[in-house]
Amino acid sequence: MLFHDEMIDPFQACQAFASASAVDADLQVRLYTLMLKCRRAEERAAELAETREVGCPVHLYLGQEAVSAGVCTALKTEDQVFGTHRSHGHFLCKGGGLRPLFAELLGKATGCARGRGGSMHLIDTSCGIPGTTPIVAASIPMAAGAALANKMKKNGLVAVAFFGDGATEEGVFHETMVMAAIWDLPVVFICENNFYASHLPLKDRRKRDNLADAGKPYSIPSARIDGNNVLEVHRYARAAVEHARSGRGPSFLECRTYRWRGHVGPAWEWNLGIRKREEVEEWLARCPIRALEQQLLAQKLMREEDMTALRQKIDEEIEDALAFARQSPYPAMDTLLRHVYVER
Amino acid sequence: MPRMLSYGAALAEALMQEMERDPAVYLIGQGVNSPWYVGNSTKGILERFGPERVIDTPVAENAETGIAIGSAMCGMKPVVIHPRMDFCLLALEQIVSQAANWSYMFDGQVSVPVCIRPIINRGGEQAAQHSQALHAHYAHIPGLKVVMPATARDAKGLLIAAIRDPNPVVFIDDRWLYAVEGDVPEEPFAEEIGVAKVLREGKDLSIVAVSYLVQESLKAADQLAAQGISAEVLDVRTVRPLDERTILESLARTGRMVVADSGWSMCGVSAEIAALAAGPGFGYLRAPVERVTLPPCPAPMCKPHEEAYFPRARHVVAAALRVAGVKAARPT
Repeated sequence: MLFHDEMIDPFQACQAFASASAVDADLQVRLYTLMLKCRRAEERAAELAETREVGCPVHLYLGQEAVSAGVCTALKTEDQVFGTHRSHGHFLCKGGGLRPLFAELLGKATGCARGRGGSMHLIDTSCGIPGTTPIVAASIPMAAGAALANKMKKNGLVAVAFFGDGATEEGVFHETMVMAAIWDLPVVFICENNFYASHLPLKDRRKRDNLADAGKPYSIPSARIDGNNVLEVHRYARAAVEHARSGRGPSFLECRTYRWRGHVGPAWEWNLGIRKREEVEEWLARCPIRALEQQLLAQKLMREEDMTALRQKIDEEIEDALAFARQSPYPAMDTLLRHVYVER
Repeated sequence: MPRMLSYGAALAEALMQEMERDPAVYLIGQGVNSPWYVGNSTKGILERFGPERVIDTPVAENAETGIAIGSAMCGMKPVVIHPRMDFCLLALEQIVSQAANWSYMFDGQVSVPVCIRPIINRGGEQAAQHSQALHAHYAHIPGLKVVMPATARDAKGLLIAAIRDPNPVVFIDDRWLYAVEGDVPEEPFAEEIGVAKVLREGKDLSIVAVSYLVQESLKAADQLAAQGISAEVLDVRTVRPLDERTILESLARTGRMVVADSGWSMCGVSAEIAALAAGPGFGYLRAPVERVTLPPCPAPMCKPHEEAYFPRARHVVAAALRVAGVKAARPT
């Protein structure tokens, strides 16, 4: 019986690459800006959820920003990313706007899904976001399908699936890995291991801490990386994307990170008996944004006052987006039955 | 001069012509290259288009369907084949939660032009899990279209329409129909989805039939004619959207209705059609509606039980006689 050639591992070179090649200065500033934008936008969204001005379920990405920033900056605008219920970060880092995001959170007609989706259904087809879905693991085969389309059209694009550690327990994740591997699809699997599926910790769902082996049975190159180190995420994502773009097929990255707040909603949830306060504080101390901040200061790529100014600018953009969302109308009542089917 | 073609060959011709016409159309599914899984409905297609566009998949229904759906969002027009409808249950999440909702959830910004072909394959002592007719599941879902051709002409014309439609279309063919022959135009043509058709006119009662029971109902109408009863036979063709107008017009003409569906009665397509008669059609009714459906049990295995289980022309005749007010012996 004839099997395929041995796999080529794009990550083998990554360690050497990581130490030898610094991420260039402009990109570091861009990564910082993106992460800060995600952070401030979500902190504002959390406030709106607390006061119930945002009524839809909001799954906050706070603490995980390095993953979306590091990966999305390795992509072209037309490359597709498929997200989940926790995709504010993916949306903003791939090019989605603050105005359509906040308008969508408020269910307004000017939202990215025109008030039909809310926080869990973000979309911007102009920058490679075909839509996000909260059904765990459901967007993994769709990303592979986008990759199949790319391969058939020979357009050189790459698709990315973002998903959490819980998604690796779903059958469809494994089913997709089988086909992505056998067909060498240009897809990158980004597993954001935040150690919890809703309330249940990874250690209660998995015998060993070996998520990074998930691709191995399918001969999909896999690596475990520090998901709170945005430069590391970016370097590995770049290697994975190049691997896919050059026709060598899929790869899998376990990005180890942590969700600061609860599964859904703005609460910190340190008194629910789900996780210990010390555990949360340990991860707060490993904040991906502060880590990069310190590096930027040490390399003199930014000064404290640059950072303050940047934060102010971002906050102004967020307030502008919120004002825009607040004054936007709800979708008209006569649109209730619209677009059950696409009319063409 | 009629051009006679079998239902199975008509399906293959539709696929061949659509793949020829549009490079975005491709076939994916388990057994698309197998000599037995999909009857003769993909005959010659691999040879013509090669493995890049005729993709036989590993045994992974949900992901293969999800991959097709993802590709459809990105400009492809996949035809996903599930050689047995029973196995398509494993893909329901992708069909129901994803494909069906995407247009509404994003207000029409993304279209999912996927054609899903779960094939009903029953009889032959295949027992409960290789026999199911689950079209009502799909018909329940806003966002899906559900097409069930009963004739060779429709097998071609509706499959072409299903492939060209910008929405997810569940195209359900029944292996019991594959040998049915009919006049099928050679050139490509698309039938309109959502339009029922009167196949035989009659004045005493309307037999509103779905899928293979259309063929059985045509036989039943012959037998009824021999007894002096004039039965109209209406082929539903599309169970979602349902062509309410054509059904009601037929009922208005005859005042009596038999619904013949190859699924179960409970929450089934026949219930929906009967509700149509009981609601907007109430004023036309001169007798209670009768339904011909599967008995309320899973499919049996042994031949004598199968004979009793799957509805045939004789069941339609018996129901029609009851509706017409003619006392008749129980079906033999």
